[in-house]
Amino acid sequence: MSVPVPLDPPRRLVELEVDGRPVRVPEGSTILEACRSEGIETPTLCFLDTLTPVNVCRVCVVEVEGSRVLAPACSRRVEPGMKVRTDSDRVRTSRRMVLELLASSVDLSLASPDVGRWMRDYGAEPERYGPPAPAAEAGERDARRAGHHEEPVDGLAATVAQPVKVDNELYVRDYSRCILCYKCVEACGVEAQNTFAIAVAGRGFDARISTEFAVPLTESACVYCGNCIGVCPTGALMFKSEHDLRRQGNWDESRQRVVETICPYCGVGCHVELHVQDDEIVKVTSPLDHDITSGHLCIKGRFGYQFTQRRAPVGASPDPGGPPEHAG
Amino acid sequence: MVGLATVFGAGGGTSSYEEVENTDLVILWGSNARETHPIFFHHLLKGVRNGARLYVVDPRRTTSAQWADVWLGLDVGSDIALANAVAREIIHAGLHNTTFIDRATVGFEEYAASVERWTLEQGERVTGVPAEAIRDLAHAYARADRAILCWTLGITEHHNAVDNVLALINLGLLTGHVGRYGSGLSPLRGQNNVQGGGDMGAIPNKLPGFQDVVTDEDARRRFEAAWDCEIPDRYGWHVSAMFDAMERGELRALYVIGENPARSEADGGRATRLLQGLDCLIVQDIFLTQTGELADVVLPAAAAGAESEGTVTNSERRVQRVRRALDPPGNARDDIWILAQLARRLGRDWGEVTPRDAWDELRSLSPMHRGMSYERLEAMGGIQWPCPDEADPGTKFLHARLWEEDPERRGRPAPVSVVEFEPPVEELTPEFPIRLTTGRRLDAYNTGVQTELYASPLRRREALCLSPEDAERLGVSDGEVVRIASRRASLEAPVRIDRTLRPGLAFLSLHQPDEVQTNLLTIDATDPKSGTAEFKATAIRVERLAQVPVGGR
Repeated sequence: MSVPVPLDPPRRLVELEVDGRPVRVPEGSTILEACRSEGIETPTLCFLDTLTPVNVCRVCVVEVEGSRVLAPACSRRVEPGMKVRTDSDRVRTSRRMVLELLASSVDLSLASPDVGRWMRDYGAEPERYGPPAPAAEAGERDARRAGHHEEPVDGLAATVAQPVKVDNELYVRDYSRCILCYKCVEACGVEAQNTFAIAVAGRGFDARISTEFAVPLTESACVYCGNCIGVCPTGALMFKSEHDLRRQGNWDESRQRVVETICPYCGVGCHVELHVQDDEIVKVTSPLDHDITSGHLCIKGRFGYQFTQRRAPVGASPDPGGPPEHAG
Repeated sequence: MVGLATVFGAGGGTSSYEEVENTDLVILWGSNARETHPIFFHHLLKGVRNGARLYVVDPRRTTSAQWADVWLGLDVGSDIALANAVAREIIHAGLHNTTFIDRATVGFEEYAASVERWTLEQGERVTGVPAEAIRDLAHAYARADRAILCWTLGITEHHNAVDNVLALINLGLLTGHVGRYGSGLSPLRGQNNVQGGGDMGAIPNKLPGFQDVVTDEDARRRFEAAWDCEIPDRYGWHVSAMFDAMERGELRALYVIGENPARSEADGGRATRLLQGLDCLIVQDIFLTQTGELADVVLPAAAAGAESEGTVTNSERRVQRVRRALDPPGNARDDIWILAQLARRLGRDWGEVTPRDAWDELRSLSPMHRGMSYERLEAMGGIQWPCPDEADPGTKFLHARLWEEDPERRGRPAPVSVVEFEPPVEELTPEFPIRLTTGRRLDAYNTGVQTELYASPLRRREALCLSPEDAERLGVSDGEVVRIASRRASLEAPVRIDRTLRPGLAFLSLHQPDEVQTNLLTIDATDPKSGTAEFKATAIRVERLAQVPVGGR
């Protein structure tokens, strides 16, 4: 009963050299793919398999012989005869600087453990910029004018620290953790959701992810699909349930199970991963590598699970006027 | 499902989601997928970004229509008129695929004659869509190398639902846009297992795997042997027929599993009255629904999808594993456990039935599911039927056979069906001058039983959406509470001015029945073949409170 399905046309192999080793990869591959095929670890922050690279974090840079500047491995395509160095002093210095500057100004404590390992591997010392400057007041960074230079405080490391934005019951935005990787902007925009509720505002160190005119999410175009949370690498965007449990000191991944099932709503059949702690769903994700969702969900699939527990949102008091208790 | 099964023998959408990314033209007909199937719409937008043109046919200029190259805002219920006018234009322009028609279809001549009176002008008169837009759609669809036609409840929630579907299938057959990668006919299912329910035989005329109860005697015998019982060789009732049978006093006991007909049926007043009049009503659900409140016995059930194991089947015919993540609360039990206990008390001891046992039994009886072991379903992230053996990867798109050179392999030709336009049952009159249509909103689902419990920031009080023109004519302002009257009931609701609506068209959802019980207004005129009610077309009147009624046009 099976029928032929057109495959992508066959791709020629391209030969290049990575760190002196000959490598053959299909035409159109990126340097990152070539490195991965050789088992050469390349740090990435703004890269995600399901998104088109935006080349902003610069932590994956490599040296390409004959090229004046370092090239981002995540998006630079291989060419025949290319000579790539991933471990030269120039590459190591550049990667160290990126990690160091980010770690001195952003809270990376919830980023993947890989980040800490890279910091050690590349000898990053964020402490050398001094103790962190005091956190900004709520809304202060949002109000900064483009091009207006803020004088740094002597001896203190400038940071993006600021209060967490909590303006709805579904998810919070903790921009103290934001490394401006653009993934949320891309997932909200052309790469998946096409809602365009957020973008990068401001320039230089004042650059930040913002809704239009920095309005609260509830006044923005946000449709609460949570696809921004799904791609955030540092925990800046987080389920409110997770945020509240962390605040209370009750978030414990060692007590969590992840169960893959199917969203109970419409007929698309999105694969959802229910993260369960103490018999309660504490967050919902979707596998990046499943071709129905590519990791993306809608508001119902991501947040509409309360009915299975008939409980109030974590931290909120139960609605006394709510519907009757479970028939059981 | 009935329409596709009638024409092709299998009641499933022909195409995969991935194909909509790799096609040249997409028509969304009676579907607001942007809000009702958001992740399918992601695939669709990839197609649009890859260069596909998007046509949206919908009375409302929905958030889906706002992405379209062309929006055809037809009058509610005029779909067949539009489809027939498109067909006539395709035929008159000589753009129909004669090779495909000759080889793979029957009934073309009769069909061509039947659409002959549907000139572009006649189409415009009946549908309200400008003739030029009808012509544009006809030419674009027929000329596209590949085209996918999708529909949803805007097509099926009408008294002539099956005819509506047949009218769309006709367009696919006329142009050969079926049975090829990137060309197909795809109904988007409204619920995560509405496809699976039909596949499993939860329709009145089929055994699991679309094997007919009456005409497929072999299949019936196999099921009788497996189940050690006699299966009546006649068709059962769909829900609407059941309610009619209750009305006649023929149906006295009802066992409702996971439905809320007291709120979901059209003409909810009648539905509730009939449910109350039963000798015995058993409701099995995860909550005490409004239907449960009427029941003699309530059986608390575990929630499918999070509290039980099993499978569901999605709109691309993919059978998918559902797993238990939570323990059901209190005394709630798995549906399958409850059914087995009930069977035991009725004299059939099935022992401990697991969902996997039930699935393996199904595989032994339904050829199109035979190759789908639990292991394969898990390893492959779901499998699309048909999958007849364990070496088969499943089927991305259906009906490739129609393109075979060899008549034997081509099999039964697909009938092009003559379908006549019929307007909605309820005419608009000076007394009831406004067309009320219903549908879903992004953050909510059906009667709200599942979605009212999470804190959606998008949720607003349910309101009657009116066009700015109608609001002005009626002298009502945004937020003002008005009285809405249909021929069956009247109720109060606030008004919301909605620029996606054309004059004469109003919109309500069913999501918040405790605020606005929309289905008291709707008409229960149902499609005789599928049993679907005409939720999409009610005639209403809107009155300002404490004032004389503000009348018609």
